[in-house]
Formats: sequence, C-alpha cells, structure tokens
Amino acid sequence: MKPVPEPDDETPNLPGLRTWPAVYAAVLGVFVLWVGLLAWLSAAFR
Amino acid sequence: MNTLDYAVLLVTLLSIAAYGMWATRGRRDLSGYLKGAGDTRWLTIGLSVMATQASAITFLSTPGQGYQDGLGFVQNYFGAPLALIVIAMVFLPIYRRLNVYTAYEFLGKRFDQKTRLLGAALFLVQRGLGAGITIYAPAIVLSTVFGWPLNPTIIYSGLLVTLYTVVGGSEAVNLTQKYQIGVIFAGMVAAFFVLLAKLPAGLGFGDALTIAGGMHRLEAVDFAVVTDKRYTFWTGLLGGGFLALSYFGTDQSQVQRYLGGASLRESRLGLMFNALFKIPMQFFILLLGVLVFVLYQFERPPVFFNEAAWRRVAAEGGGEKLRAIEADFAVAHVAEQQQLDAWLAAKRRSDGAATEAARAASLAAHQRVEAVRDRAKEAMAPTPGKKSNDGDYVFITFILHYLPHGVIGLLVTVFFAAALSSKAGELNALASTSVVDFYRHVIRAGASDRHYVIASKCFTGFWGLFAIAVALLAHLSENLIQASNILGSLFYGVPLGIFLVAFFLKRIGGTAVFWAAIVSLGLVWTLYATLSISYLWYNVIGCASCMILAAMLQLFTRRAAAATL
Repeated sequence: MKPVPEPDDETPNLPGLRTWPAVYAAVLGVFVLWVGLLAWLSAAFR
Repeated sequence: MNTLDYAVLLVTLLSIAAYGMWATRGRRDLSGYLKGAGDTRWLTIGLSVMATQASAITFLSTPGQGYQDGLGFVQNYFGAPLALIVIAMVFLPIYRRLNVYTAYEFLGKRFDQKTRLLGAALFLVQRGLGAGITIYAPAIVLSTVFGWPLNPTIIYSGLLVTLYTVVGGSEAVNLTQKYQIGVIFAGMVAAFFVLLAKLPAGLGFGDALTIAGGMHRLEAVDFAVVTDKRYTFWTGLLGGGFLALSYFGTDQSQVQRYLGGASLRESRLGLMFNALFKIPMQFFILLLGVLVFVLYQFERPPVFFNEAAWRRVAAEGGGEKLRAIEADFAVAHVAEQQQLDAWLAAKRRSDGAATEAARAASLAAHQRVEAVRDRAKEAMAPTPGKKSNDGDYVFITFILHYLPHGVIGLLVTVFFAAALSSKAGELNALASTSVVDFYRHVIRAGASDRHYVIASKCFTGFWGLFAIAVALLAHLSENLIQASNILGSLFYGVPLGIFLVAFFLKRIGGTAVFWAAIVSLGLVWTLYATLSISYLWYNVIGCASCMILAAMLQLFTRRAAAATL
C-alpha cells in the first residue's frame, strides 16, 4: 500500500459553504428541518 | 404484462448492462478493477451509494410497509445523516490516506491479522447471505404475481448481474448504477402521478392526507421512550444511527463505492448527497404506500394481496371458507366507504362535531375491514394461529391493476434495476474482500496485478453463483424489508464496535478487541433468540458490548502483565 498525498483540509468549494464544518452543519440543519416537518405532518393530520 | 411491458423491461436492463460492459472493457490493473479509474465524481458516488443500499426490496416492500403501518418506518433512517457525517469526517480521510482496497485492510494495520480476517469474514458471511436475499426478494414476488417460474427468474437475473460485474468490475458497477437509479426515480415519480390521478373525483391530495391521518397512517415521528416498539425517534436515531454507521462506514459494499472518488472532496460530497436525500427518498416511497392505502379505501382491494396464493388455496379445497371471507370483506368495505363519504361531506361543511363523529365511525368501520383481512391472513398462514404477510404484494398489485401498459413495464424494470444495482455492488465488494484480505494476503502473496484481476473475476463469479444458490434455498416469513434489516442488525453492531475502537480508543490492541468481538457476537445472537426488543437495538448492544469488553480485556491483560513483572 502506497500512501497517497492528499490534503485532509481540501475545501468543499460550494457556494456559501466554504468549510467542511459548514457543510456538516447545513446537512444537520436539513435533517432537523425534515424531522420538524414530519412531526408537523404527524400532528396536523392526527 | 404485455409485449410493450416486456420490451421496456428487457431493452432497458440489457442496454444498461451492455453499456456498462462496453464502457469498461479492457480494465487490466487491480486498482482499476476494484476501485475504478479514480476519477469518479461526487454525483456518481452519491447515486452509487444510494443504488447499492436501495435494493428491489426497498421499492417492492416499503410501499407495503406504508400501506400497513404508515410513515413510521421512515424513523429507521433518522440516524443516517449523523452517521454519514461521522464517516465523512473520520473514517473516509483515514481510508483514503492509507490507500486501502478494503475497510478490513485498515484493521490489519491498526490491530493485527486475526482481527482483519475476523472483520472480513463477518462481512463475507453477512453480505454473502444478504446478496441471496437481494436477488430472492424481487424474484419471489414477481414470479408469484406474473406466474413466472421462480427458479429461472432467480437464475437469469442473477447471471446477468454477475456477467457485467465480472467483466467491468467496480467502474461498471458505478456506471450501471447511475443509469439504473435514473430509471428507478423515473418509475417511482410516474407511479406517484398516476396514483394521484386515480384517486376518486373530488378527492384532492389534502383530503387523501386527512383520510390517511385519520386512519393513523401519517404518524411519522414518535418520541415515546419505550423499548418494545420497533420504530420510534429514538430507535431510529440511536439504533438506526449505529446501523447506518456500520453499514456505510464498515461494510465493504458501501466503502468500495466511495473509495474510488477522484478526491477526498468528491467522496465526501457523495456521502453528503446521501445524508441529504436518504430520508426524503424513504419518505416518498412510504408516502406512495400511504396513497395506495387511501385509494383502496374507495376501490375495493383484494382481501389478500398475494392473489396467486389465494387462488391456489381456494383451488386446493379451501374455496368455501375463502369465499365466505370475501363476502364479509365486500360488505365491510362498502360500509367503510359510506362512512368515509359522510366524513368528507361533514369536513367540507366545516361541521366540527359531525366531522369528529364521522371520523370515529370511519375508523371503526376500517377496523372491521381489517378484522376481515386478519381472518384472510390467518386462513392463508401455513401454521394455525399465525398470520400470513401480504405486505410485499401491495404495491405490485396496485401497479398491475391501475397503471397503463408500458408504465407497468417501467415499474417492473425499476424492481429489477434496483435488484441488479444492489447485487452488483455486493458482488464487487465480496470479490474485493476475498482477494485482498484472504487470497492475496493469506493464500498467494506477491503475484502479478493481472493474476489478481483474474482472481477477482473468478471470485465475483463465485459469489454470484453463491448468491443464486442462497436465493434458490431461501424462504422468508418476515416482511422482506424488515428481514433484510434484521439480518443486518444481527451482524453490524460488532464490526462497528471493532472499527470505533480502532478509530477512537488508541490504547486497545488486537487481541482484546478480537475476543471482545467474538463474545459480543454470541451475546447479540443469544439476546435475539430470547428477548423481544426492537431489532435496531442490537446494533447498539453489539457495538457497545464489543467496545466495553475490549476495554476491560485490555485493562485486565495489562494488569496481569504488570503483576508478572
């Protein structure tokens, strides 16, 4: 196995999301939004 | 199915398989065969990861789950986004830095060879059996519904996927999965719009949700803290999270999909794509089942969805009993329809009291319908006192009765495309682990790249035939999607424990974690045989047991060594 020179801090290069922690936070935010929407659906049509 | 449906099925499947083989012809080196050309972009990785997980079971069985139990199953996937973030942050950079072919190579470097081989062996056993279920599941349902002979359906679909995976390796898997998932999305969206169009005149999407909610089919999130309920927010977040962490982070069929990324960025974005879209995708598939449920409140469904089995039992002498059940079902269903009409009318008049009363009456009428269906399930069960499960036949029954020809072919293609894409990923991973962790490492070290490519092709063929053999011998009594998850949960917790020790508990060595893993496997299987808790908890139990026992063993052996000095 030869080690591959690859920087761990390679940037995500996404519009508005310049670091990986920002990407992860955005993904977590979408997850919370989904749970909220599903909880609302459960309550609204009970 | 008519000629048009068969044409759609065969042309789509064969052309994708042929393209996969043509586009990857001439791959000669081991790295290219097992990991791809190293230029895979994030979207291909994301779709490939999604296609490997979403097998035919997902598309056949999940709508049936939605029909029977509502949206609650979506909670099973609540842990996936968190797990995928952990993998992107911790697991992936280490795998890529070490340039490994398999996740178990990392265990060899971090611990020792016996732990590496244990991890690889657990994967081969679990995934080898899983590959059998992957091919058996659509074959049993489709052969029953269409009257195809079961064994040739298993054999021909199994041989097709084995052929293009042998020829093209990992890159062919990624390429074909991209197009297969495109077909899958197109088919499911088509089914959704046809379903909306087939709802009774005047019944809008909002009314459909009202009925589904009133019948407890929209209870998507349950925050109750109980251990005996299969799907709650907590079982999903914790049990589902551990299952996802183990599956996406340590199962070679998934690790192999993102190891071939052009860069760390591409692999990470492919994982984040799944973290974003896994829950909505499962929600959408379950919602299809819920809408089928609403449709069947107005259109009388078969009393038992496996109609072929129903006809067979009727012909074998049970006809009188089954006809009595059918007659009771027809009466109960008409009564339910009347109550539903009264409910919707009261709702449109905005008459709160009448709406509530009609809703309660509809629910009671629905329970009478379900009681008749329970009688049908008991009549069909091979063992007296048990119920036969027909949930896997719900969606295919809807497809056959309500979709136009051509779209039927497209949806059957969806099931086969999903089966092939999943199985291709599994075969590719089984071959990689067999060659890299066993053949090259234990049996034949130091041979040429070409030799290992040929060995990889032979192992791919072997595992393809093994999966076909398992499928030919399989018999499942659980709902298929749950059977698949139960099998995974019995195996996944312990390997995850091994990997978490490897990543986070640097002082624990190979011997301690090896024996902790063996004991924990025994514990999980014993508990499964004796307890009745949600199977998702076994992921947590297996992982925690392995980590705690490994820490204790390490402490004990260190103290024993210190005492002898």
